[in-house]
Amino acid sequence: MNFDKDLDARGLNCPLPILRAKKTLNELTTGQVLKILATDPGSVKDFSAFAKQTGNELLTSSEAGGEYTFFIKKK
Amino acid sequence: MEEKKLAIIATKGTLDWAYPPYILASTAAALGYEVQIFFTFYGLQLVRKDLSGLRVSPIGNPGMPMKMPFGPKWFRGINWNIPNAIQCLIPGYETLATSLMKQTIANNGVASIPELRELCQEAEVKFIACQMTVELFGFSHSDFIDGMEFGGAATFFEFAGESDVCLYI
Repeated sequence: MNFDKDLDARGLNCPLPILRAKKTLNELTTGQVLKILATDPGSVKDFSAFAKQTGNELLTSSEAGGEYTFFIKKK
Repeated sequence: MEEKKLAIIATKGTLDWAYPPYILASTAAALGYEVQIFFTFYGLQLVRKDLSGLRVSPIGNPGMPMKMPFGPKWFRGINWNIPNAIQCLIPGYETLATSLMKQTIANNGVASIPELRELCQEAEVKFIACQMTVELFGFSHSDFIDGMEFGGAATFFEFAGESDVCLYI
């Protein structure tokens, strides 16, 4: 999937992946896509909740080998 | 849609209890909430310029696992269940427990308290210190970080009364 910026949040624990994602999204413009890599298992539910509450769209959420990848489209 | 509001009262002044207010405040701010934290009694320790005095105490805290943040896996798994009476007699026990806790925090990729506090400030979380307890404990305004406001219970309710979520920690 195409993205405009990526964020490596691997090794970080709650709430840092969300806080870093929010900060990075601020640098994007509407419609741009942020790719996030994380290892915190809690981030799966957290990014879904973050998207629902902020209106940014969670395009995909996937897991492979203990790593989670999220694509979020900025509102 | 109007911004949601989160009001928190922070009353605890130990390293472990510094986490809930700062984690919830920074996360709520990231979710678009307007956030205020009212620091009172021991919670005032969380807004001092110098945070190095924050400690965690296993004494009288049966819920706290005492595990080592280094060594092989089997060693890390041991829970050092030391009776309170003995903990009290060991000089520097709290200091030791605090440095082990800080190591565990770092090992787990958990943010430090200074880092979380800074993230709250960046996100414009408003900090209010309880003037009555500032005086009661002999603090002066210069002991606290810049940008603090000082007020009383009525000041807290001005914001809390309009809040969507209100927490006492």
